[in-house]
Amino acid sequence: MSTPTQRKYDAIVIGGGHNGLTNGAYLAKAGLKTLIIERRHLVGGAAITEELHPGFWFTTFSYALSLLRPDIIHELELTKHGFMPLLMPTTFAPMENGDYVIFGQDRNENVNEIARHSKHDADAFDQYEHDITMVCQALKPLLDNVPPDIFSKDPEELVAMSALAGHMRSLEPRVLHNAVRLLTGSAADFLDDYFESDILKGYLASSSIIGTQVGPRSQGSGLVLLYHNIGEHDGVFGAWAFHKGGNGGFTQVLARAAQAFGAEIILESPVSNVITSNGRATGVALEDGTEIEADIVVSAVDPRRTFMQLVDPRELPSDLVENIKRFRFQGTSAKVNFALDGLPKYPALGDRGDQYRGFTNIGPSIDYLERAYDEAKYGWYSSRPYIDCAIQSTIDPDMAPPGKHVMSCFVQYAPYHLKHKDGSAADWDQERQGFGDTVQKTLESFFPGFSDLVLHREIVTPLDIERVVGLSEGNIFAGEFLAPQMFFFRPAPGWNQYRTPIDGYYQCGSGTHPGGCVMGAPGKLASQQILKDVSARS
Amino acid sequence: MSKQQEGSQIIKTTPFHPRVEAANQTGLWSHWAGYLVVDRYQMSEKFEYFAIRNSAGVFDSSPLYKYRITGKDSEKFLSGVLARNIRRCRPGQAQYTLWCDDRGFVIEDGVILRNYADEFLLTSAEPNLAYFKNLIGYEAVEIEDVSEEIGTLAFQGPRSRQILQTLAPEIAEIGYFHLTEAKLGDAPVTISRTGFTGDLGYEIWVGADDAIATWDRVMEASEGHGVVPFGQTALLMARIEAGLLLLNADFESSRFAWNDEHRSTPIELGFGWMFRDIETEDRPFIGRNAIRRELSEGSSRWKLVGLVIDWKEYDDKYNSAGLVPPKDHTPITEEYMLYTDDYKRVGYATSLMYSPILQRHIAIGRVRPELSVVGTRVNLEVTINHRYELVGTHVARQPLFNPPRKTS
Repeated sequence: MSTPTQRKYDAIVIGGGHNGLTNGAYLAKAGLKTLIIERRHLVGGAAITEELHPGFWFTTFSYALSLLRPDIIHELELTKHGFMPLLMPTTFAPMENGDYVIFGQDRNENVNEIARHSKHDADAFDQYEHDITMVCQALKPLLDNVPPDIFSKDPEELVAMSALAGHMRSLEPRVLHNAVRLLTGSAADFLDDYFESDILKGYLASSSIIGTQVGPRSQGSGLVLLYHNIGEHDGVFGAWAFHKGGNGGFTQVLARAAQAFGAEIILESPVSNVITSNGRATGVALEDGTEIEADIVVSAVDPRRTFMQLVDPRELPSDLVENIKRFRFQGTSAKVNFALDGLPKYPALGDRGDQYRGFTNIGPSIDYLERAYDEAKYGWYSSRPYIDCAIQSTIDPDMAPPGKHVMSCFVQYAPYHLKHKDGSAADWDQERQGFGDTVQKTLESFFPGFSDLVLHREIVTPLDIERVVGLSEGNIFAGEFLAPQMFFFRPAPGWNQYRTPIDGYYQCGSGTHPGGCVMGAPGKLASQQILKDVSARS
Repeated sequence: MSKQQEGSQIIKTTPFHPRVEAANQTGLWSHWAGYLVVDRYQMSEKFEYFAIRNSAGVFDSSPLYKYRITGKDSEKFLSGVLARNIRRCRPGQAQYTLWCDDRGFVIEDGVILRNYADEFLLTSAEPNLAYFKNLIGYEAVEIEDVSEEIGTLAFQGPRSRQILQTLAPEIAEIGYFHLTEAKLGDAPVTISRTGFTGDLGYEIWVGADDAIATWDRVMEASEGHGVVPFGQTALLMARIEAGLLLLNADFESSRFAWNDEHRSTPIELGFGWMFRDIETEDRPFIGRNAIRRELSEGSSRWKLVGLVIDWKEYDDKYNSAGLVPPKDHTPITEEYMLYTDDYKRVGYATSLMYSPILQRHIAIGRVRPELSVVGTRVNLEVTINHRYELVGTHVARQPLFNPPRKTS
């Protein structure tokens, strides 16, 4: 699997993450002889599952599925290759006073559960869900189409711009206004309009800070909140699932689909650079000196690597280079993954364990989240961090031996640019265990006896994410979710349509529209653009 | 004698009832064949469904009618009564079978276990004792209704073999539609590799008095494997994906139908394969002549098929109507009409659902035979914003979900 069978391909995709695989699969499906090149010993990028402790399968990085575009499931025939999103029947939100909220699959049960904390919020919750679902439905088409180039005078682009404006004008005023408030404002402001209880606001605001250097009270957190609701499973917005075998199980499905369409995948083949000639991409050079020719080269890695590392930035327009240089990464998330001897105990629930069959959200109030952010603003990790726990083995028994469990903990904040109080730079490799202890201590405070269950602990710092996966500064979205870095401007004004200034060189990673999360849309939309260019040329 | 015969309850409870009751978290009950049964044990039947497809689930199917057929002429009797050739079912095997009336219309279907050369156990959804007894002529055959004496526990899903063989190592060897005797603890049981989910799975047939101990043993052995009991809704989801027919949903009993519009032949229901040898094997059975005639004349009115609804057309129709496309996994067993592109009615879907594992709407339905070729396009009529709309649908090979582990 680690040497290409040909010297020349129609298309080469650099990077076997989920977008690279998606892109390669679509290109192969369209009949292009396609090669996908992966640096590591396995495909998946940040969406992998590894047996890091005997019998325990860890979703080292990315751990759940929601935003994957449904059309990709069908068009790439993923169900044939084992696509299997397992429903999360519950969500659990422990509180600092020992109380909790459990959300289940039954609406009335959820209403009762919220009413324990606030009768007002029990009613408001339905209105909130309805309002946010209407915004999601209104904005969904934006995820599934190549965004127009706002700077272009091309008639086709002008038509696309006017269609977009027409779509926006067709929305009910309330929906459009809510959309703008979410896209530009803070999650806390939005939630304050609906709810009074801290736990509900804390739980909902938790998804407004994922992967981005913002607190729930920062302007811009609304957009992150919106993204975490616009995903869907089985027609339900905001639904999340664990893929069978973890997110690595999902990328293996994608790889099988790509291969079934004829794409070739080579592993352990780091790419040195894209070979260009007279402003055209002509192939790829591997680090071992191998050169492989192709008319189309697609970068599935992040914008910084796409424009600054794989090609010579001096070949590129200086405004693009400048925009890429100031594209914000500043990763702020980390993971601590545990192998557990049994399920954690939550005192108020006694021996119950069914609350763990989805996310367990350690973010009991907006204040808790905002305080966690405060420390990150000044360069240190949170002393009581936000933690999104997922004990996938509760619904996928293949992840751990019977009775034992794997627990994935997504932790925020953990700033990539770590610095001591005196302003001097700190080293993540030295702070690793201290960080792990902080996370474990936080969990212990909610789940007394937690540490006794720990069989193995795997700490993944933002620096590890960068080193292992290749995501610059460990940013899980390949570039932050902030309005100036989205849609027309992702990754840079004028270059939001997957092309680059180098003819035949394209970008398809999460640094392009619509962005990160295991969505697949960048990979798919880029393939549409490539195939359009191919047919125009022939 | 089992508990339910002691009192005078109108609605009976199955031999597993104390365990079923303890596991039912919803406070909701349904009735099936006169028994109290569970639609869903938890608030999420979809989670129960995924236990079947991803780990294993336990289902109490005791309410099925069960008839023990014994006597030296039992094979001869059954070969004349059942449409499928029972002689092909050797002792230690099981068979899915049908019985028809003499006009070749299906009365009912069921699974028959052949425990010994002259001992059979036949299941059915509705009472059939009088019907079968009336067919006994001079043969030495006994038919006994043992419905209440036997509890049936289905154990279905990819992990079922791995778990069950820790209790009964002999099941590791049994093939699809085979059975074995075994002991679970002290309880003698029959374990058949059968079920209604289309997955790897088993059914445990146990004396009513040993039922609770059997449930407990299975659940103990399942500890840590993510096994849960599942209710009717999850079962009915799985069976549509598995292409398994349900009486009074996909067909009606010819005995109680008002007219032939409500009757179906085995060929129409897609069971032509049962009669491949009908011309060469000299086996008289009820309905044989009519079925031969239908086969030779090609006079079937319908052909039962699997249907896959075009996901894109479905989504587009709802999206353009300003609605989120509903994707509800709850099976709908009402008739949904099928049309050609020029609006000729050419069939109807009888069981419709959104399949989580196939990620699209699927159905069991029937179309005119000339449209039954896999890939043929028809249109399913749905209601969107209170108006009828047609959504493209194509005929697909049954079963729509058919994992290799089912038979391997």
